[in-house]
Amino acid sequence: MAETVLETHGLTMRFGGVVASNNVDFKLRARELRCLIGPNGAGKSTFFKCVAGLQTPTEGEIYMRGVETTRWMPHQVAASGVGIKTQTPNVMDSLSVFENIWLAARRFHDPKDANRKTQDIIERLALGSIAKDDLGRLAHGERQRVELGLVAVGDPWLVLLDEPAAGMSAEDVERMTRIIHEMNKTAAIIIVEHDMQFIRSIAKMVTVFHQGEVLMEDHVDRVMSDPTVRNVYLGKKN
Amino acid sequence: MQGSLSNDAIKIILITGFLIWVMPLMISTYTLTILIVYGMLGLSLGLIWGFGGILCFGQAAFFGLGAYTYAIAAINVGESTAPMILAVLVPAGFAALLGAMMFYGRLNDVYLGVITLVVTLILFKFINSTAGPQYVIGNARLGGFNGIPGFQTLNIPGSPEAYIWGDSYFYVCAVLLAVVFFLVSALLRSSFGRIAVGIRENETRMSLMGYDVRARKTALFAVGAAIAGLAGALFANWAEILTPSLFSLGQSAEIIIWCIVGGLGTRMGPVLGAAGLAYLKFLLGQQSAVDNTLITGLILVLFVLFLPKGVVPAVAGLWKVSFGRRPLGRTHHQRRPRNRERVSG
Amino acid sequence: MDLSVVILVEMLYAVASLILISSGLAVVFGMMKVINLAHGEFMMMGGYATITAVNLGINIFLAMLVIAPLVVGLIGLAVERLVIRHLYGRLVDTMLATWGLSLFFIGLATMIFGNTTTGISTPIPGFAIGNYQINGYNFFIIVVAILLLVAMLVILKNTRAGLIARGTMQRSDMAAALGYSPDRIYMATFFCGSALSGLAGAVLAPLVGLVPTSGGAYIAKAFITVIAGGPSLIAGLFSSAGFFGIVNQVFTFAISPVIGEVALLIAAVVLLRLLPQGITGKFFKGKL
Repeated sequence: MAETVLETHGLTMRFGGVVASNNVDFKLRARELRCLIGPNGAGKSTFFKCVAGLQTPTEGEIYMRGVETTRWMPHQVAASGVGIKTQTPNVMDSLSVFENIWLAARRFHDPKDANRKTQDIIERLALGSIAKDDLGRLAHGERQRVELGLVAVGDPWLVLLDEPAAGMSAEDVERMTRIIHEMNKTAAIIIVEHDMQFIRSIAKMVTVFHQGEVLMEDHVDRVMSDPTVRNVYLGKKN
Repeated sequence: MQGSLSNDAIKIILITGFLIWVMPLMISTYTLTILIVYGMLGLSLGLIWGFGGILCFGQAAFFGLGAYTYAIAAINVGESTAPMILAVLVPAGFAALLGAMMFYGRLNDVYLGVITLVVTLILFKFINSTAGPQYVIGNARLGGFNGIPGFQTLNIPGSPEAYIWGDSYFYVCAVLLAVVFFLVSALLRSSFGRIAVGIRENETRMSLMGYDVRARKTALFAVGAAIAGLAGALFANWAEILTPSLFSLGQSAEIIIWCIVGGLGTRMGPVLGAAGLAYLKFLLGQQSAVDNTLITGLILVLFVLFLPKGVVPAVAGLWKVSFGRRPLGRTHHQRRPRNRERVSG
Repeated sequence: MDLSVVILVEMLYAVASLILISSGLAVVFGMMKVINLAHGEFMMMGGYATITAVNLGINIFLAMLVIAPLVVGLIGLAVERLVIRHLYGRLVDTMLATWGLSLFFIGLATMIFGNTTTGISTPIPGFAIGNYQINGYNFFIIVVAILLLVAMLVILKNTRAGLIARGTMQRSDMAAALGYSPDRIYMATFFCGSALSGLAGAVLAPLVGLVPTSGGAYIAKAFITVIAGGPSLIAGLFSSAGFFGIVNQVFTFAISPVIGEVALLIAAVVLLRLLPQGITGKFFKGKL
C-alpha cells in the first residue's frame, strides 16, 4: 500500500451562515488519481481552495506528507512541491510561453537548469511552434495546455486541477488526458470536474460532494450507477 | 528584452558619452543636472510601477527622505561620502518597512495608492511643522517650512575641501545615472527582475508557482526607494537648500506623469519623460500667459485618454511596423500553424 | 463643565466637516467605483463660486446652498462627459486622469483668481460658553451635515431614483438589463457628487482663506474617510468620519493641531491595515 500524501480531518469552511464545506475527512495516496464531483455549490471547489491554501478553513486540519499545512499560504503549499491549476486560465498574458514556463521552472532550479527543463516541457507538450508567442494571443485550449506545463515543470508530487477540461475541444481534451496520465506516473492528482464524459475517461476513484459533505467515495463505475448519486447530481443535470 | 547585458552596457556607454558631449552645447549644465536628477527619479518609479506593477503615489516621499537624510548627515559629518550612502539606505529601509506592512496585508492597488499618498502627507506635514528650535538631529535643525540651507555639498571622497560643483557635478550626475540605468537593466535581466515582471502580470499564478509575492514586492519597492533616495541626495547637492515641498503631492504627481508620458514597461520612457517634461516646465516657467500647473494637468489627462502607453512604446511600435522586418516576419510565422489548428479543431 | 461642552462641540464639528468633505466623493465612489482625485478642486471651485456670488451682491446663504452646488455640478457634468465616461472600469486610469484634472483646475483658478488668498467673513456671529468663545458658524456646519445625511438616507430609501441608484450600486449590469441606462445613471450620479463637493466647499469657505491649491487640504481626508468607510454609503461615511473626527480632536486638544492631523493620517493607515475592506466591510454589513 502506498503512503498517504494528503489527509484532511474535519475540514469545515463557513462563509457567514453558509457552510460551504462541512467536516470533510479525506485521504489520498501517492500516485493516486482522484476526481471530485458534485453539483454546483457542493463544496468541492471550496475544498480544493482550502487544500491549495487559497482559503483558510474555519475548522479542521490538512496534512501533506505528514506535515500540517492548514494555515499555509498558497506559495508555501506550491513551494513544497504541489502543482496547482485554478479554474480560469491563470497565466502571465503579456509574457511568452517560454517565459511563463521558465518562471515556473526557475522556482525549483537555477537559471541554466530552468532553461533545460523549460525546453523539455515545451517539447513534451508540443508547444514548440508557439513557444515565443505571448500567452494573451493564444487560443483557450493552448492556454490551458501552457498552464498544465507550468504545473508539470515543477515535478510536483501532488497536482490539484480545477476543471481542466472546461471549454476545450475534444482534441484538446484527449491531449490533456495524455499529459495528466504522464504526470500521474510520479504524482498524486486531484481533479475537480463537471464533465462526466471526461471523468469516465480518466478516473478510477471518485469522491462525490453534496451540500458541503462527502456523499460517497468509490470506483467510478459504482458511483455512476449509484441511485443516490444519480439523484443529487445527474438527476439535477437532466 | 533582446540582446545581452554586455550589449546593453556598450549601448549605455555610447549614448551617455554622446549626450554628455552634445547636450551642454544646447542647454546649460546647471539645467541639465536637474534634468538628470529627475530622470533618475522617473526611473525609480518606472522600475517599480512599469516592471513590478506597484503604483506608488508617494515616490516623492523617498526622494525627499533621501535629500533630507543627505543634508542632515552632511551637516553632522562635514563630509559627503557617508551622507550619500545614508541617503540611499535610509529611504530603502523606510520603504522596506512600509512595503512589508502593505504587501503582507495583501492590500490591493487602490489601498496601496491611499497609503502611499497618506504617508507622503504625514511626512510633509511633519517636516513642515518642525520650524521650532527643538527639532534638531545632531547639529542639524530641521527648519520646518524654512527648509535646511547651508550643508556640505558633494566633495571628493576623503577630502572635504575638494568640492565637486558646476560642470564636474554635471558629469558626476550623468555618469551616476548611466550606472543606475545599467544596474536596473542588469536587475531586469536577472531572475529577480523576470520574476518581478511575472508578479506584475499575475500575482496569483506566481504565488501558486511557489513564489512569495509579498517578500518580492517589498524588495522591489525598497530598490525603487533606494534609487529615488540617491536622486534626492543629488538634488540636495544641486539645490543647496531643501524645503518640505520635496514631499508634496504635486511632486509625486509629477513623477507619475513622467512615467505615463514616457511610457511604462520601458527603461528609457520614464527617464526621457522626466527630462523632457521637466525641461518643458522650465521653458514654460519663462512665460506667464498660461499657468504651468494647468498644462501639466492637461498633459496627464490627454495621455491617459489618448496615449495611455506613453511616447516611447508608441514610437517603438510605430518604428517596428514601418521599418522592422523581424516582428512582422515573426507574426506571420506564428500565425500560420495556429490557424491550421483551429480549422482542424 | 464649560470646557467639556466646548470640546463636545469641537468634536461634533470635526466629524461634521469630515462628513461634508467626503460626501461628494463617497457618492461617486460608492456608485461608480470612480475615485475622483479632483474632488478637492471641486470643493475649491465651490468656494470661489460662493465668494464671487457674494461679491456680486447675492445673499450668502443662497450663494452657498444653491449657486455653488449648481455651478460645480455643471462643471462635474462636463468632466464626466469629456473624460470620466471613457475610463469606466479602469480604476487606476480614472485616478490618474482626475489627478490631471485636479492640476488643471488649480492652474485655471490661479489664472482667473490669482495666487492670493481670498475669503469672506462668517455670516453667523460667535458666542461665549462660560469663559470660552465658540464659533457660531460651527453649529451651522453641524446642522448642514446632519441634514445632508438625513436627506441622503431619505432619498436612497424612499424614492424611486434612490432605489434605482441602490440597484446600480450593487449590480450595474442587472440594472442595465432591467432597462436603466447606466450611462445616464452615472451621469446623474456624477452631477450629484460634484454638486455635493461644491456645497461642501462653499459651506467651509468662510472658515478658511481660499487659494487655488486649497483642494489639496481636503482630498487626502476625503479619500481616506471614504475608503475607510467601506462599501456602505451612509453608515460608512458616518462611522469613519466619526472615528477620524474624534481621533483628530483628541490629539488636537491633547498635543497640537498638527499632531491631530498626523494622528488622523496614522489612524487611517493602521485602520486600513487591520480592516482592508473598510469599517462597513466588517461591521454594519448590509446597511445603507
